[in-house]
Amino acid sequence: MLVYIARRLVYVIPIVVSVALVCFMLVHITPGDPLVAVLPADASQELAAQLRAAYGFDRPLPVQFGLWLWKALHGDLGNSIATGRPVLSEVLRAVGNTVTLAIAAAIIGFSFGLLFGLLAGYFRDSWIDKVSTSIAIAGVSVPHYWLGMVLVIIFSVQLNWLPAVGAGPGGSGQWGWDWAHLKYLVLPAITTSVIPMGIVTRTVRALTGDILSQDFVEALRAKGLRETQVFRHVLKNAAPTALAVMGLQLGYMLGGSILIETVFSWPGSGLLLNSAIFQRDLPLLQGTILVLALFFVFLNLVVDIAQAAIDPRIKRA
Amino acid sequence: MTAITETAPQTAPAGNARGYWSTVGRRLLRDKVSIACALILLLILLSAIFAPYLHLADPYQGSMIRRLKPIGTPNYPLGSDELGRDMLARLIYGGRLSLLIGILPVVLAFVFGTSLGLVAGYVGGKVNTAIMRTVDVFYAFPSVLLAIAISGALGAGITNSIVSLTVVFLPQITRVAESVTTGVRNMDFVEAARASGAGPITIMRVHMLGNVLGPIFVYATGLISVSMILAAGLSFLGLGTKPPEPEWGLMLNTLRTAIYVNPWVAALPGVMIFAVSICFNLLSDGMRSAMDIRN
Repeated sequence: MLVYIARRLVYVIPIVVSVALVCFMLVHITPGDPLVAVLPADASQELAAQLRAAYGFDRPLPVQFGLWLWKALHGDLGNSIATGRPVLSEVLRAVGNTVTLAIAAAIIGFSFGLLFGLLAGYFRDSWIDKVSTSIAIAGVSVPHYWLGMVLVIIFSVQLNWLPAVGAGPGGSGQWGWDWAHLKYLVLPAITTSVIPMGIVTRTVRALTGDILSQDFVEALRAKGLRETQVFRHVLKNAAPTALAVMGLQLGYMLGGSILIETVFSWPGSGLLLNSAIFQRDLPLLQGTILVLALFFVFLNLVVDIAQAAIDPRIKRA
Repeated sequence: MTAITETAPQTAPAGNARGYWSTVGRRLLRDKVSIACALILLLILLSAIFAPYLHLADPYQGSMIRRLKPIGTPNYPLGSDELGRDMLARLIYGGRLSLLIGILPVVLAFVFGTSLGLVAGYVGGKVNTAIMRTVDVFYAFPSVLLAIAISGALGAGITNSIVSLTVVFLPQITRVAESVTTGVRNMDFVEAARASGAGPITIMRVHMLGNVLGPIFVYATGLISVSMILAAGLSFLGLGTKPPEPEWGLMLNTLRTAIYVNPWVAALPGVMIFAVSICFNLLSDGMRSAMDIRN
């Protein structure tokens, strides 16, 4: 197992460096000067040159990348051009809110996904299967930002039950675990959960169907096992793949939260990204994307290791 | 992906030769859901293309006194938007840009991804390593994040949004194409072609392309649904289409403030995105099961 973990860790290093390179290059595919947000329109040539030197934009690209990476390794992602505050602290504060949202959505999405998927796979072609697959296909096809709007229309505008935007009373952005805060979480979490719910349902349904059609299930039944015990075997065999899919989905929820956070003004990394884009705050854009992508890489690593831990066949491959 | 092995010519008993693809076609035609989805998509597509001949109101012509009329107002069958423009006309005209920015990235990614994957899978070795390791890097980003990152860096605009979505789907299609190609490469008929003196280009074009295109095509149709949602999403954020163009994602964005006045009109553009997205998903599912002859 330790050898497997070590090997996976070694594989991750080139990925991390490449991810950093992509994030670094983002600033350089931008049309125009990366300083465009801070430079006044009538800035003199000298001022522009001075600022460029101060930010290090006058050096050759590989040198810039090396310096940037070295600093990033030490937790220095530069300062936000718009606010002047360190990028890393801004990002980490926002990521906390995104994690809260993603975990709430994961609990909802994965439980329903597993439930629907197992039922649909077990009672294939029954009405339960048809209902579950319909819900699943709707879940993966719905534009979630629109679903968020519709939920706001129903539960905030028409019924006035839940708040439409924000993450807490007074718009403080400070999260707390009480009903005053939780009611802000309900609609965004449900909206975020529909895609993972649909994908988990579809995966688990297919898995269950495959496993049930294998010979060993026949053997278990012939041996006289009760149906609940057969079901336990199905669960055990479906677990590694289901776990991998759920891990990936959790990563998508963390990294792809920008649309939902924009709809609900949820003060997470997505909303931060949104403001970085529109204020052309490139260090903040770069830093947020780097942190989110590294999160995703790390999560994938954890999922791979967890998968190998519960399924010994993977280690040997 | 199971379909590849079935494309080998064992389907043809002499006399009643029926090709693989015609079997798939017949199975698809019997699938009511797929047919219904295809018809809905065709209807949306044709009405978008022929919108100028449908005697609709001018989708750009606003009216300050007729803003946010509810659904069913005389002359405004689906109401009017925040600038008093006819919603029906804007929804139908909106199909033009929305479908273009949703479908084109997948088409581009299909063309380039299939080529890359074919080369990687067929040539193998260092070429394969170079292509597939680059693909891996893009897999390290969640697709929404990658789309936003590229679009955000390049700035708003239709071209940029198409470019960024193509970059998002390219690695995914390349990976599928590579794995399918690797599967086909070692089959006997490819060996036979090589033994009879066919060059690599001929082998790829004549003997392999036909066998790998099917599964890649089905995978790509499944991506259109995601692409529609993401493309409209970019416009919704203000990174795609610019006003006053009618486009579903952008319409959803500009109508967001109207949810307190006339909520159901504000939700209409999303219904269009949803409809197109779910139809492509169901159609892709239908094709996949039609191609899986074993069932």
